[in-house]
Amino acid sequence: MTLNGWLQILLYCGIIIALVKPLGGYMTRVFSGERTFLSPVLVPIERGLYAVAGTSEREDQHWTAYAFSLLMFNLFGVIVLYAMMRLQAGLPYNPAGMAAVPPELSFNTAVSFVSNTNWQNYGGESTMSYLTQMMGLNVQNFVSAATGMAIAVGLIRAFSRASGKAIGNFWVDMTRATLYILLPICIVLTLVYVYLGVPQTLGPYVEATTLEGAKQTIALGPVASQLAIKMLGTNGGGFFNANSAHPFENPNAISNLIQMLSIFAIGAGFTNVFGRMVGNQRQGWAILASMGVLFVVGVGITYWAEASGNPLMHQLGLAGGNMEGKEVRFGVAMSSLFAVITTAASCGAVNAMHGSFTALGGLIPLINMQLGEVIVGGVGAGFYGIILFIIVAVFVAGLMVGRTPEYLGKKIEAKEMKMAVLAILCLPLAMLVFTAIAAVLPSAVASIGTAGPHGFSEILYAYTSAAANNGSAFGGLTGNTPWYNVTLGIGMLMGRFLVIIPALAIAGSLVAKKTVPASAGTFPTDGPLFVGLLVGTILIVGGLTFMPALALGPVVEHLVMIAGQTF
Amino acid sequence: MSQAKSASIMDSRILIPAVGAAFKKLNPRTLSKNPVMFVVATVSVLTTVLFLRDLAAGNGNLGFSFQINVWLWFTVLFANFAEAVAEGRGKAQADSLRKARTETQAKLLSGSDRTQYKMVAGTSLKVGDVVLVEPGDIIPSDGEVIEGVASVNEAAITGESAPVIRESGGDRSAVTGGTQVLSDWIRVRITAAAGSTFLDRMISLVEGAERQKTPNEIALNILLAGMTLIFVLATATIPSFAIYAGGSIPIIILVALFVTLIPTTIGALLSAIGIAGMDRLVRFNVLAMSGRAVEAAGDVDTLLLDKTGTITLGNRQATSFRPVRGVSEQDLADAAQLASLADETPEGRSIVVLAKEKYAIRGRDMASLKATFVPFTAQTRMSGVDLEGSQIRKGAVDAVLAYVGSGTMPVSGNAAIAVSPQSDIVRELQAIADEIAKAGGTPLAVARDGKLLGVVQLKDIVKGGIRERFSELRRMGIRTVMITGDNPMTAAAIAAEAGVDDFLAQATPENKLTLIREEQAKGKLVAMCGDGTNDAPALAQADVGVAMNTGTVAAREAGNMVDLDSDPTKLIEIVEIGKQLLMTRGALTTFSIANDIAKYFAIIPAMFLTFYPQLGVLNIMGLATPQSAILSAIIFNALIIVVLIPLSLKGVKYRAIGAGALLSRNLLVYGLGGIIVPFIGIKAIDMIITAIGLA
Repeated sequence: MTLNGWLQILLYCGIIIALVKPLGGYMTRVFSGERTFLSPVLVPIERGLYAVAGTSEREDQHWTAYAFSLLMFNLFGVIVLYAMMRLQAGLPYNPAGMAAVPPELSFNTAVSFVSNTNWQNYGGESTMSYLTQMMGLNVQNFVSAATGMAIAVGLIRAFSRASGKAIGNFWVDMTRATLYILLPICIVLTLVYVYLGVPQTLGPYVEATTLEGAKQTIALGPVASQLAIKMLGTNGGGFFNANSAHPFENPNAISNLIQMLSIFAIGAGFTNVFGRMVGNQRQGWAILASMGVLFVVGVGITYWAEASGNPLMHQLGLAGGNMEGKEVRFGVAMSSLFAVITTAASCGAVNAMHGSFTALGGLIPLINMQLGEVIVGGVGAGFYGIILFIIVAVFVAGLMVGRTPEYLGKKIEAKEMKMAVLAILCLPLAMLVFTAIAAVLPSAVASIGTAGPHGFSEILYAYTSAAANNGSAFGGLTGNTPWYNVTLGIGMLMGRFLVIIPALAIAGSLVAKKTVPASAGTFPTDGPLFVGLLVGTILIVGGLTFMPALALGPVVEHLVMIAGQTF
Repeated sequence: MSQAKSASIMDSRILIPAVGAAFKKLNPRTLSKNPVMFVVATVSVLTTVLFLRDLAAGNGNLGFSFQINVWLWFTVLFANFAEAVAEGRGKAQADSLRKARTETQAKLLSGSDRTQYKMVAGTSLKVGDVVLVEPGDIIPSDGEVIEGVASVNEAAITGESAPVIRESGGDRSAVTGGTQVLSDWIRVRITAAAGSTFLDRMISLVEGAERQKTPNEIALNILLAGMTLIFVLATATIPSFAIYAGGSIPIIILVALFVTLIPTTIGALLSAIGIAGMDRLVRFNVLAMSGRAVEAAGDVDTLLLDKTGTITLGNRQATSFRPVRGVSEQDLADAAQLASLADETPEGRSIVVLAKEKYAIRGRDMASLKATFVPFTAQTRMSGVDLEGSQIRKGAVDAVLAYVGSGTMPVSGNAAIAVSPQSDIVRELQAIADEIAKAGGTPLAVARDGKLLGVVQLKDIVKGGIRERFSELRRMGIRTVMITGDNPMTAAAIAAEAGVDDFLAQATPENKLTLIREEQAKGKLVAMCGDGTNDAPALAQADVGVAMNTGTVAAREAGNMVDLDSDPTKLIEIVEIGKQLLMTRGALTTFSIANDIAKYFAIIPAMFLTFYPQLGVLNIMGLATPQSAILSAIIFNALIIVVLIPLSLKGVKYRAIGAGALLSRNLLVYGLGGIIVPFIGIKAIDMIITAIGLA
């Protein structure tokens, strides 16, 4: 570890913290329907869209209607995307003449982009036409992010409203998230990326002659526009197979910093939206602080593990940190930081190969995802994820102060507990059960790239990434097989919608409750005590489940490495 | 509660039957009410079958799996035992009470002469019957003392052997069937019919129908069931991971890991905690109609307390004589004393006492003065005395002024002496009265023969220590509101003296009800106590309504708790018991979940040692062998239930130190303690079983 490395990490954290308030304030105004500096331009467009869709911003939905709208919208998205991939050979904007995408891969990819996962069992530049990338995948990059934000806003309203019935209007929330937040920022970022050297073209791939005289095809395309939302919407699906390790998708240190900032910006800002909407910004800061504690510890471990490198390599005379699978232009510190950020949030973009990390360096990304990506997390998704943990934490702690547990004046009772437990349960269900089947299924085991515990980690990582809607890959595993395409797709659906529905049910139940005023008998949820409680709950309730699996994967791999054994 | 009763957890009369009950509760239907323990019992059946199969085949490590099996069953039995002990404490009381109820004979009085009674069976008494109870007699049924004072041993109900005083007219007029009069005699009017007495209700409370799960208990059960399911996933997937790694794991070890990980500690003690909470209330002489009410008590935000009897001593006392100009204090005291001689009200008596203490005016005999007492009536709102040629009246200032100002004496005989209402004396008297009212006192005007003499200052005496209790309540986050019929000025003064947060003056049943509704509309939970029929609507509206046992039937039916001692300050203890109940559940849940960390460190290295010996570094406790590690974890898991039975029955102590401080304290003790204790416990058990060669 170097001072320079830590300074860069600190700089990153500092910028994120500085962005929280302005972005949170802006998003609060947007979701409250207040005027912003973009209103003169966007309000007519917004109104027009509502008129076409036959809805109105004054129309509030009960949580069931909200959830139904959301599910229908996402189902429609899956069908359109699937059809586009199957038919792309006959559709325009296909200069490289890409063939139709096979059915299982189309299913996997459609689900992957709709669920904000962006798990990619394909290489973009060798599978997808420009049309599919732009009109299919990229559209879902926007709306899947907006969907997550809408759910979070609906849940926040459950706390800020009292004795209500409705939690907002899904169509309005989603439209506003896209129109006022995602699109404007992405337009700016796209231009910045183009300036930094990222290609943005509809022209065909370029043929080049190398020094040896060989022909080389250099893939191009509308990269910058996809890159902007891929990071900002925590989607993570790369235009190129190498994702943000590709020089065209992440040319230099500045583009790397902007990408990392984009991942956390909205998620961190949401804690402030929450604080503002419930009338006490400290509540939001307390949540962000809990996330921050887990984040900094994770970065510390991964950076330390990567900087320490592999003792077996050291014995061979190769000093220094672990540079396998890393880009020299990013180095150990920024690769470690990127890996922790991308898995803490549900982004899944990578600028280094996680499978090439040391065992402990790769352990943290795994744990980040297994905790349900609540460390800042996906746009909106991270927020409603952490609310589920808050409900469990506040319930047990609330009992310990001798009152029916409450959070921000809303009583946490059997219904909320049932939904929170259901949502928390679905992650280990998808992650562990699929891993358990794949670990003994010969055809599934055949896909792994490395024998021994590392191979086990590859399987565990794949299902963890899918169910957590992350989308980053450990590498090594050949995922494009019918088995993995289908089961990973199911995992993504479970991890997305079996959390969303309970989260909205909680919103529906809480919004109807009275807000109990705080007294000396209610414990404060905006101080260090709450931060410690929440961190403990996340680690114990979210983490203990995975202890055996982690022991047999990265932990044993690390111990075996120390003992000098390789596979 | 005295220490003697807390120690009764270790009473062998409870413990021995509880052992038998623990086995009886293995009935699947009983077990199914507790999801966590039902799961433990189910997997225990599975491992027992596997053990018997191995025994028949003669393979496997039989000694080890036998021990695991034994401890798995012990886990279930200990849980049953905890519940049985909790039930047993109440049951033992109920049994002795039932004996008292059936064997009691009553001395039924037919008239006011207390020598004329006939012996009847206690169970045949009807409401309204009047019985005589003399030293040594058991009080046959619940009732109210209408004459006399006696010391009563209520140990049968409260367990408290020190006798209590029961007397007519005061706060302590209610007596409970089954208790014994030790000295003196009392006449008791029966207030409960056979079958609906305190005894009957307590018996049905402890032994009667199924205990209903309270809302928080249901929510907690969902969490525990969820945690159990999560650990099903965590353990059921291990065999396949092991196969990938080229190893295999015996089912018995997986079961051991599973049972130690799921929240058995809280699962085992949950119902014992609930039963013990109800039991604590019963011991406080409070009957809760439902567990829901006890839980609601812990959530109370606003406490409505009647001024009289709760905040102040029931009786106002005379503290000074304030004559008008031209009248001496001595004169006023003399007149007031004469007017009060035959006045049996506490206020009247206190005037006689003050006159004697301050002015040495001795008690005089009414008969020798040829005086006739004029009692208080709702119309005149005055009382007094008619002497030969003289009339003395005392009463509310406006009543006395009206009497004086009317210009005619209400009784005939003497010539009326007119007093102009506008006179200086009237203004002076009113000034004195206002001054007294502002200070929280009650002015009582005295007039003789139509001439105003002055004012007796009656003062509410705020109970000793009540101020501290209110500040304690404030620290608990509870707002106190004093309810009084006094005018706002007086009420404000007493409220300030007692330290309540707010008051409702000139309270009527209607505005009491309105106040409760307003508080509830703000999302607050309201507790109140009441005794009169006109309290019934408010009692029914309040989230926690405690009816006094001495109160009317309507009040008792409207409330969701009945206080047998009719002591309104008990609301404070009821709130604490409610909080204690929730805290105990929360604390043991935290402890139970925190335990898992140590258990993983014990079992994971042991479990995977055969194919990944490197994982041995996770054996940070240095446990002797894989077998001893697993055995120690499961033994710890079972024994911790027994160790925590006393805590679950006594409850985690509530301290009014503010929620934040309380939470950090409990997190430290039960959270951090829950992480550390099993490391020490498992290591100790490992050393013991290794030393005696069990593994």
